[in-house]
Amino acid sequence: MELFHNLIFGFSVALTGQNLLYCFVGCLLGTLIGVLPGIGPLATIAMLLPLTYNVPPVAAIIMLAGIYYGAMYGGSTTSILVNLPGETASVITCLDGYQMARQGRAGAALAIAALGSFFAGTVCTIIISVFGPPLANMALEFASPEYFSLMLMGLVTATVLGHGSVLKSLAMVVMGLLLSTVGTDIFSNVDRFSFGISELLDGIPFVIIAVGVFAFGEIVSNLSNPEERVLFTSKMGSLYPTRQDLKQSVGPVMRGTALGAFLGVLPGTTPSIATFASYVLETKVAKDVSRFGKGAIEGVAGPEAANNADAQCKFIPMLTLGIPASGTMAMILGALMIQGIAPGPQVMTRNPDLFWGLIASMWCGNLMLLLLNLPLIGLWVSLLKVPYRFLFPAIIAFAAIGVYSTKSVAVDLYVAALFGILGVTWRMLDLSPIPMLLGFVLGPFMEENLRRTLQVSNGNLGVFLTRPISLAFVIVSALILMVMSLPAIRKKRHQIGD
Amino acid sequence: MKLELRNNKDFWAGLLLIGMGSGAMIIARNYRFGGVTNMGPGFFPTVLGGLLTAFGLCILIMGLLRNVKIQRGPSLRVLITLMGALILFGILLEHAGFLPAMVTLVFLSATAGREFKVREALVLTGVMTFIMTAVFIWGLGLPYPLIKGF
Repeated sequence: MELFHNLIFGFSVALTGQNLLYCFVGCLLGTLIGVLPGIGPLATIAMLLPLTYNVPPVAAIIMLAGIYYGAMYGGSTTSILVNLPGETASVITCLDGYQMARQGRAGAALAIAALGSFFAGTVCTIIISVFGPPLANMALEFASPEYFSLMLMGLVTATVLGHGSVLKSLAMVVMGLLLSTVGTDIFSNVDRFSFGISELLDGIPFVIIAVGVFAFGEIVSNLSNPEERVLFTSKMGSLYPTRQDLKQSVGPVMRGTALGAFLGVLPGTTPSIATFASYVLETKVAKDVSRFGKGAIEGVAGPEAANNADAQCKFIPMLTLGIPASGTMAMILGALMIQGIAPGPQVMTRNPDLFWGLIASMWCGNLMLLLLNLPLIGLWVSLLKVPYRFLFPAIIAFAAIGVYSTKSVAVDLYVAALFGILGVTWRMLDLSPIPMLLGFVLGPFMEENLRRTLQVSNGNLGVFLTRPISLAFVIVSALILMVMSLPAIRKKRHQIGD
Repeated sequence: MKLELRNNKDFWAGLLLIGMGSGAMIIARNYRFGGVTNMGPGFFPTVLGGLLTAFGLCILIMGLLRNVKIQRGPSLRVLITLMGALILFGILLEHAGFLPAMVTLVFLSATAGREFKVREALVLTGVMTFIMTAVFIWGLGLPYPLIKGF
């Protein structure tokens, strides 16, 4: 009963008044900042990071975890209410969540997101404590070929989400990969595509692309075609989900949790892969696929649960291997180092209070979020009643600060403006920016693992097919691609027939 | 059938992709390409640029065959106003301080709206500037001077 012992120990750390308070403050601030349109979890954590510098290590990481969950939930809220994803993972929530909000069901969407996330959080707390160590050992066996094939699979999945032509989606994935090569090459220290701008040496920050392409692009198209911006129904309907909503969400939440937990453990995957995968799974399971993209509650419940499950399980590779599996994890890793803790396999033995305290406080954080957000849904929904002509300058102001405050250089704002123009052009030409975003996020890991693989295998590309796990990923990618191109052929035939 | 290129969606999409892809390939020629065993910094960008160009070419040809029209373009006035406001915000933030930058950003953005009213926009600018200052400067303690150079 070592596990039981460990969990009790964890709760004894998390439930001290001081740590509980830090957890609460983290959740509250995270939600407050994260709910601001255009500011995703990454920007939120970056902004709140300095607050944790003067706090003891255990309390600091507990507070950061609270900020992380709060920001994630806040991000979903803005996706649902104003269609502005703060992070790739929330892009999926926009698809159906925003449509639900347009139909006056924002309250139900937000409540399902909160409940689904809480369920996923509870399950994952147990998963981490039971399977954490053995799962970490399994992920430890992954080498570069597996990582590369895994990411390949993620990117192929991403093309599912680009509306319309598969060819254009694939092209946009490549575009994202290409954009990710901007900055110093880690192998040779050569600076690529920086055009002599020293601020670009670290690459294009994710926030800039997210804000430029999504936030600004959305605002420009809303203002350009005011008649097309369908107004929300004046009556908001019930703030809470109906019995039918809850019934429809149980399955998606369970499946989303399972997917998110599994994918979350693998370092190198982003929460976006889990949410993408969950969404795709729901469209496959559903009897009536045509409802998706038009406000299907399954399209919110599944991905939101997957998102939270993934976010929580991301702590496994970070705490056990010292590998930050996402941008936000990298930020938390940095915060740990500031506290003088070297993350890695030794954390579990050397700082058991930190490891188990964090796990226990994850659950406390999730509970706090639920208690915090269910009563506040009405407040978030009332945000919608503000006329757009007041809302959009405010969104731009927040987004501009979000972009600037990550590094405090004005060049980032100019690059964001450039991406605003690019994003608007892409939209006009039906080039979906969503696959681009995923390609951009995975690009550096893909290049690194490809180069490392080929170095080790002496240039033999067959290595991706001879390693069983890698082969499985490659086969799945090929299958998805094949299935994907079928409807395109059908559609084309249809058009020719017209 | 006369080929209309000016509004041909896929033609322009293809052209944009070809432009960005081949542009990347040309720039990447300055970086060492290396071999399959030992990839240089130019390998990945060159291959990706080539792929993008190839995709672009396919999309362009599809555009010539199908000739799908661009349905709704963005308003150039809105785009220029908003992106201009953003750039001006950056310049003012570095040289004049947080307050003038924020006032300019909010007011200029507001002019991009269709139902623009000067008085309303002025009130909005005042309120937003106060909120932003309260949240980010006083609340979060971001180290940006309110006014610079006076």
